[in-house]
Amino acid sequence: MSLDQALNLLYNIGAILVMLMIFMSLFRALAGPTAADRVAAISIIGTKTLVIITLIARIYGQEYFLDIAMVYALMSFITTIGVAKYMEKGALD
Amino acid sequence: MPGILEAVLDILSIIFLILGLFFLFVGTLGLIRLPDVYNRLHATTKCDTLGAGLVLLSMALQSNIAIGIRLGLLILFIVITNPTAAHIIAKAAYNTGIRPQLKGRTSDD
Repeated sequence: MSLDQALNLLYNIGAILVMLMIFMSLFRALAGPTAADRVAAISIIGTKTLVIITLIARIYGQEYFLDIAMVYALMSFITTIGVAKYMEKGALD
Repeated sequence: MPGILEAVLDILSIIFLILGLFFLFVGTLGLIRLPDVYNRLHATTKCDTLGAGLVLLSMALQSNIAIGIRLGLLILFIVITNPTAAHIIAKAAYNTGIRPQLKGRTSDD
């Protein structure tokens, strides 16, 4: 097995491991005692999803997935800010 | 000698990928195990920023210049926005009345 094949295998294994970490984080989003725990868990899941999208772009060799990853990062950030502001003020005004 | 350079880049990519997966796992473990929302934010934000940055850097070492620039922009975006999101979550949690757990002391400051 050459280094290139080992690297491709490691990228596949890494995508599966990050998916399992997302399920572990989902426990905190499900069972968190306060709303801030849930928002933090959803923010972390967004970051890990971004890592999975870029790993899939490397595995399948589709480089336009990286643009989708950028848009996903922006949407995840704005979602976190919106939910945190709503949690703080009780209204979005 | 292009063969030696590619081998060195491959080994660096493997090291960065394994380190990044390790930091992502440690951040997830902190999110599950730690007792307080501020502790959880403290653990996950730094570990996730570093882990995602290392995994993306591991892919940037393997790619050409166009993909490398996009991955660099993604790393920069993560490094800017992830601590900002954690700061906003912590500020919202503090303003809605959640106080940090302090062992042996009263926690209303």
